[in-house]
Amino acid sequence: MKYIDEFRDRKLIGKVARQIREAVKPRRACRFMEVCGTHTMSIFRFGLKEILPGNITLISGPGCPVCVTPNAFLDKAIALAGMKGVIVTTFGDMLRVPGSYSTLEKEKAKFNSVRMVYSTDDALDMARRNPDKEVVFIGIGFETTSPTVARSILTAGKEKIKNYSVLCGHKTMPQALRALLDDKKIGIDGLLLPGHVSAIIGVKPYEFLVKDKSKGCIIAGFEPLDIMQAILMLVKQKGPKLEVQYTRVIEKNGNPLARKAIGEVFQKADSEWRGLGIVKDSGLEINKKYSFFDAEKRFKLNVKPPKENKNCICGDVLKGIKTPEDCRLFGKACAPEHPVGACMVSGEGSCAAYYKYKARVYA
Amino acid sequence: MHKITLSHGSGGKLMHQLIDSVFMKELDNKTLNQKKDSAILTIGRKKLAFTTDSYVVKPIFFPGGDIGSMAVYGTVNDLSVCGAKPLFISLGLIIEEGLDKSILEKIIKSIKLAAKRSGVEVVTGDTKVVEKGSCDKIFVNTSGIGEVYYRNLAVENIRPGDSVIVSGGIGEHSISVLSKREGIAFGTEVKSDSAPLNGMINRLLSSSGGVKFMRDPTRGGLATTLNEIVRSRRFGIAVNEEDVPVTRGVRQACELLGFDPLYLACEGRVIVIVSSKSAGKVLSVMRKDPNGKGSRIIGEVCGENKGFVYLNTTSGGRRILEMLSGDQLPRIC
Repeated sequence: MKYIDEFRDRKLIGKVARQIREAVKPRRACRFMEVCGTHTMSIFRFGLKEILPGNITLISGPGCPVCVTPNAFLDKAIALAGMKGVIVTTFGDMLRVPGSYSTLEKEKAKFNSVRMVYSTDDALDMARRNPDKEVVFIGIGFETTSPTVARSILTAGKEKIKNYSVLCGHKTMPQALRALLDDKKIGIDGLLLPGHVSAIIGVKPYEFLVKDKSKGCIIAGFEPLDIMQAILMLVKQKGPKLEVQYTRVIEKNGNPLARKAIGEVFQKADSEWRGLGIVKDSGLEINKKYSFFDAEKRFKLNVKPPKENKNCICGDVLKGIKTPEDCRLFGKACAPEHPVGACMVSGEGSCAAYYKYKARVYA
Repeated sequence: MHKITLSHGSGGKLMHQLIDSVFMKELDNKTLNQKKDSAILTIGRKKLAFTTDSYVVKPIFFPGGDIGSMAVYGTVNDLSVCGAKPLFISLGLIIEEGLDKSILEKIIKSIKLAAKRSGVEVVTGDTKVVEKGSCDKIFVNTSGIGEVYYRNLAVENIRPGDSVIVSGGIGEHSISVLSKREGIAFGTEVKSDSAPLNGMINRLLSSSGGVKFMRDPTRGGLATTLNEIVRSRRFGIAVNEEDVPVTRGVRQACELLGFDPLYLACEGRVIVIVSSKSAGKVLSVMRKDPNGKGSRIIGEVCGENKGFVYLNTTSGGRRILEMLSGDQLPRIC
């Protein structure tokens, strides 16, 4: 398959691995954070840690949208699923994420009120086909998903689809990285930044990482060769710089159309991140003009205060302070089929990736 | 309060837990405990294989098959992989009120054709009609009886060094059904691999004595079935990712939706574990069959990593291949 096979080529990847080994100082320990969940998955799926030299450590960051969604938000989605006349539509990975008291999957079994969709278009269609029901879309994710959700609201406005609304939990990436790097405990030498976020927002929003935080950064693609090349670029940097590896996709200014849609519908807001707490200006909320489509305003949600498992260390895992294997719940009380923390739920979560691809040490 | 969720029916870990904690706990007996695709029963001097399976596929017609033919082939294959010649099947139907009679007729015609193609007879049946909403159009159950003609198939026979063969491209059934259900079109139409395997299995078993074990990788896919084979055994299995046959259409769909083809269901494929000495011969017999044209050796049984399946990735890395837990969920971004 074009643009896939070339980027998974064993020989090319082996060659880059050799170049990394030559470029990295053998005694220097390098800790790089791959910010995006899709990077994490790729690294495990293709077994890249086995190919990298031992002194390069990769740490999984806060870039899995499901993982950073807090219980308080999930509890609202779950409450909606229990309301009469409401159909909750969601991307698949949200189904099994545990809220404080239940999951959408369990509510689906109880009330048959949850539908998995592949895009917001499906959710809009469902609203058109079921005019006597309220169709709510669970909007989570970063700049990669918020434009399509914004567009669905614009379409609903234009077509007067009055039974459609969005429970908005969208987040933005750069502010979260700032909060993350403010934590002195984090020892990170460089970052692999999520390529698809930059496909929307461009390069500029990350400049502070170099200027204020003195971190080397590579905006990277998601295939194994992309990731290996990005690591090579980081290793070769002399002094912190912001560079783009994913040049086949990223324009310097991102995607103006997508940004326009976001700007039209959403406004900045403080947002709670699992593991990071409330981060100023790191979320999006539906603005006044489109507040009609805001599920939180449309429905009276009766939600008990959120409850978290005290032993879950998802927060420190997201910050890269601890690895999933440091958690006493990992692989025991918390496993993909009965997750406790959200890092275990999404296939892209650090804990799920560790469990699935590395669960035990090879013989 | 615990509820049954769709994940309990996905063929992965949760289903195994349900089987152990509810079914095995209450119904435990020597035959059931073997957890084979068919129960092997000794009656006089004869050994019979007996199996049952229910079909709830949505949509009921999909590229490459339908609920009727699939219900016949699924049971035929469960008997065949146990070394039995499928003979008789039963047909149980649960129909939702309001179903067009013409649809029912179409399904029954398909069942007739499938039974003829696999050389089995439908010898008994049952029909129930339920209120609208109590089932989705039509659910089909088939049970089957076959006569065991090859008695040396058992996980216990597997040894390090044995070869692992799969009979063709994986995941085609899952993607066919999914694309039809969700109305998603991929570059090329993916047809379900649903097919009867008794002919091919009969020929390969008569060609060589080296075949140790067979299983069809249905729900949970290749990865889950291989895990079922190695579970609590004194061997592991190493799979070479680049040798696993995956058609372009399935790969495209997986890339788009974030699925791993190794976990997608097949309805007309078989995994054969065979001594390395006999592997070449078995492979050439399989490749001569229309249902085994795409057969390949995908890996081997190994003495290390006992109880685990691991994958040598296309990129030169290595990782553990776990059993599916819950259903695969499409990724957010």
